[in-house]
Amino acid sequence: MTSALVTAAARAPHIDWAGLSPLVALAVGGVLVLLIGIFLGRSARNVTPLLAIVALAASLGLSVWQFGESKSIVSGALAIDDLTLTLNFVLCATGIAAVLLSWRSRAASVAGHAEYYALLLLSLLGMLVLVGAENLVTLFVGFELLSIPLYVLCAAEFRREGSLESGLKYLIVGSVGSATLLYGLALLYGATGSTDFAGINEALRDGEIAGDVLLLSGVGLTLVGLAFKASVAPFHQWTPDVYQGAPTPITAFMAVATKVAAFGVLLRLFDVALPSISPDWGPAVAALAAITIIVGNVGALGQSSLKRMLAFSGVAQAGYLLAGVVVGTQLGAKATVFYLVVYAAMNIAAFAVVIARERASIWGDEISAFAGLGRAQPLLAWPLTIAMLGLAGIPVTAGFIGKFYLIDALVSGDYAWLAIVLVIGSMISLGYYLRVIAAMWMSEPEAASAAPAAAAPTVAGAPGAPPIMAGGSQEADELVDGVQPEVLGVAWLATAVILFFGIIPQPLFELAGKAGESLVGIF
Amino acid sequence: MTLSILIWLPLVVALLGVILGGRIAPKLTVLGTLVTLGIAISFVVRFKSGEEGLQFVTDEAWISELGISYKLGVDGLNVVLILLAAFLFSLSAIFAAMREWERPSLFFFWFGVAQTAVLGAFVAQDLILFVAFFDLMLIPFYFLTGIWGSGDRETRVRGTQKLVIYTLVGSLLMLVAAIATGVLAAEQHDTDITYSISALQQLPLSDGSQNWIFLCFAAAFLVKMPAFPLHGWLPDGYKAMPLPALGVFSGVLSKVAAYGFLRIVLPVFPDASVHFQELLLLIALGSILYGSVMAFSAQNVRMVVAFSSVAQMGFITLGIFALNEDGVQGALLQMVNHGLVTVPLFFIVGLLAARAGGSEEIRDLGGIAFRAPVLATLFLIVSLATLAMPGSANFAGEFLILLGVFRAKVAFAFFASIGVALAAVYALRAFIKAMHNRVNPGVDSREVSFRDLAVLVPSVIVILALALYPQFGLEKTETTAKETVAQVQAKTGQLTADKTSEEHQP
Repeated sequence: MTSALVTAAARAPHIDWAGLSPLVALAVGGVLVLLIGIFLGRSARNVTPLLAIVALAASLGLSVWQFGESKSIVSGALAIDDLTLTLNFVLCATGIAAVLLSWRSRAASVAGHAEYYALLLLSLLGMLVLVGAENLVTLFVGFELLSIPLYVLCAAEFRREGSLESGLKYLIVGSVGSATLLYGLALLYGATGSTDFAGINEALRDGEIAGDVLLLSGVGLTLVGLAFKASVAPFHQWTPDVYQGAPTPITAFMAVATKVAAFGVLLRLFDVALPSISPDWGPAVAALAAITIIVGNVGALGQSSLKRMLAFSGVAQAGYLLAGVVVGTQLGAKATVFYLVVYAAMNIAAFAVVIARERASIWGDEISAFAGLGRAQPLLAWPLTIAMLGLAGIPVTAGFIGKFYLIDALVSGDYAWLAIVLVIGSMISLGYYLRVIAAMWMSEPEAASAAPAAAAPTVAGAPGAPPIMAGGSQEADELVDGVQPEVLGVAWLATAVILFFGIIPQPLFELAGKAGESLVGIF
Repeated sequence: MTLSILIWLPLVVALLGVILGGRIAPKLTVLGTLVTLGIAISFVVRFKSGEEGLQFVTDEAWISELGISYKLGVDGLNVVLILLAAFLFSLSAIFAAMREWERPSLFFFWFGVAQTAVLGAFVAQDLILFVAFFDLMLIPFYFLTGIWGSGDRETRVRGTQKLVIYTLVGSLLMLVAAIATGVLAAEQHDTDITYSISALQQLPLSDGSQNWIFLCFAAAFLVKMPAFPLHGWLPDGYKAMPLPALGVFSGVLSKVAAYGFLRIVLPVFPDASVHFQELLLLIALGSILYGSVMAFSAQNVRMVVAFSSVAQMGFITLGIFALNEDGVQGALLQMVNHGLVTVPLFFIVGLLAARAGGSEEIRDLGGIAFRAPVLATLFLIVSLATLAMPGSANFAGEFLILLGVFRAKVAFAFFASIGVALAAVYALRAFIKAMHNRVNPGVDSREVSFRDLAVLVPSVIVILALALYPQFGLEKTETTAKETVAQVQAKTGQLTADKTSEEHQP
């Protein structure tokens, strides 16, 4: 018995616990939240989110500690390098924001606090595994670990039709995506004979199997599978429905963290495993990016629900990010990482305001809920204004610098035409971003929009009554007066980040630079 | 004292105004703009005319990875324009402070942001910094128009939306073009990437890249001015904008666009400037004629002034693309002149509207001169300056422009001179219809109050002073104007020389 254990231990790979520690923090955190939550009863409401934040902060702290290391751990399954850790900063920050935004949400209390936060942490763990994955198997494990908790979280408010619908849609579409991905990974392995990114690169380097059908279909299917997750057009159709139906804190979390993870893995896969066949995938990915930019921006124009609008805007932003991947240079990777950080801040700020409004207005997340906000609650209107200006790429916000960096990478990577598409997309985007700003600052609130819960309509479609959509969400059971301080805090912190990096971008450039430089296979 | 203080002071004052609240904000802003004016004057006084290159340079790395620097500097091109901007912002601030605004601290906040952005665009010596300020300039006007504009909410929002989308489309194209300039210059000359404008002048791009980059820049600047076929936002935008904002918008922001041609386009893309010279001259001519005709037929005083600026900006463009020293000098002088008449004109529009029950339609006005001789006199002086009466600085400016164009392209100069005559027609028509004729029953012809004179008198004094001594601006701009056109002239010089010799030979 003991001898068997000894042999097992001897055969088990060497595990660098220090490198693994950011993941361990999340895993242990998730399990602890679940276990402790069971015994807590009513106080779980406050204790579990606190525990979750502690776990996230621990993971963040451990990432800072490990920063600068560049190593491959667990026999080449995971890379703990500056790219992984930088993206983990973003992931954990997003996680903390999501926990704070969920703290008094209905979703958490309906689903059970312990389960809710545990799932959130486990999903984050999956994302971290995904961005660190250096092996096709790890990639898929991370991908599934990311997805499955999210399916549940989307349906967290299981008594509300919209939330259930959202969860179900995400499950079906997500499963198709996973299946496609898995098939693609299998073909990649079949073509190259290796599941290791480095091994794949090695196999491709001599150019013998370039143009091989097996290889190309493998790359294509993998790309499609990841494109589902990153909501890249034309695989984005689920995005608006799922975003709109899901509990808003989860929407915020999905919009930001999932995208960070998906682009993290895209960067690593294409720039570590497949750089030598970039002439094959480059044009295809560039075309996808262009389509995504146009589809997202045009789709957003007609939306009246802010969550749907942000979903389409997220699609468009995914296109911008994909443009950074296309270039296939270190500059492109840096620009993508830079824009991911900026994108995260802008979306968190916007969603925080949406959540605050949903809890206070009978209009839910309709644009009417924001009418006259500039006068009534300037403290809420400003973050959303700055987030919108940032997403549109106006100077003084980090969005400007981010777009600048992307265009710079595109032009120097000989993709000037894609830069033009990006700019045209930004022009279209003004149409809908400005509409939100105009609603906040230049129109009067609709009658009784801030009225207490008693005014909540009972008949859908009655004149003057706010619409009740199948996918529409009413965040709170009871509308609350005033703004909850933690929501306001998140919104303003994200706004501060947008403005700070818009004026003094140097620190973020250095961080993104380090992350980009850890992709040593490309230039 | 560095240029940074000059450009950031208005923003600091604006933030203070937000903190201290709506009662103090207007006074604080007026004070802030006056201090800024003082600083601007100190720069003009310390400016050494006749010296080549930039003075008072601030140059710090902003984003070292991308070669972007925070570089500010003053030379002959912008020294007078800074003064003009500071002066017009002070006037408009006084103008704005006399009126009641809802949420005043917010109004003056955006006003201060606008001033910072405009001054920043004028002194920026790094291409990307310039683009950033140029884009930023627009946002305050979006809010100023959308929240405090005239007309009902629908038209206001539509106007401001149009304004922003039109101009930002131009600006975004310019952003791509600016990045391409830096990247391509570094590639073609195999140097480190830099966006410093003076450094880029030394790294000329190949012909093909110059051409498309030129078109992007030109689109951005022509929309902002606005020039004839790209002026689609003007009627709605100008109608919706509150008058103090409109004063600076028309007086200063359009100058930033014209200044952009001189600062960036001519020196950095000389080949393309020569290549597209006739296209730009044609657009300029179109603006002059179209603007004049529209100003003549407009039924609204505000629109008369608005379309007259289209015509004036046409003249300025014409001068710039004469691509010689006279033209550029004239364009610079005319920028100052036009800025100086625009703010008082829009102020007078406001005064007229106040006397005609809020209406700006010409048919609701008339006969005010009788009871308000002082107002009529001031209006007349400004009108005469607008139509470039001989003796006014505008005359000197237009004269120089036409002289420059005559030397470059005779045919264009001929048609442009028609514009000079048309200016007299529309300016006098507006004056006569508003001030003379029968007294309109709805009009309450009051004399101007002393408070109103606080805006009108200083501007009229400056107009008169410049009329007597236009050399003030010209001698400061001379050296740099020469430098600006030097490279282009090296190219046109040959061309025109070839042409004249062809023409003379039978």
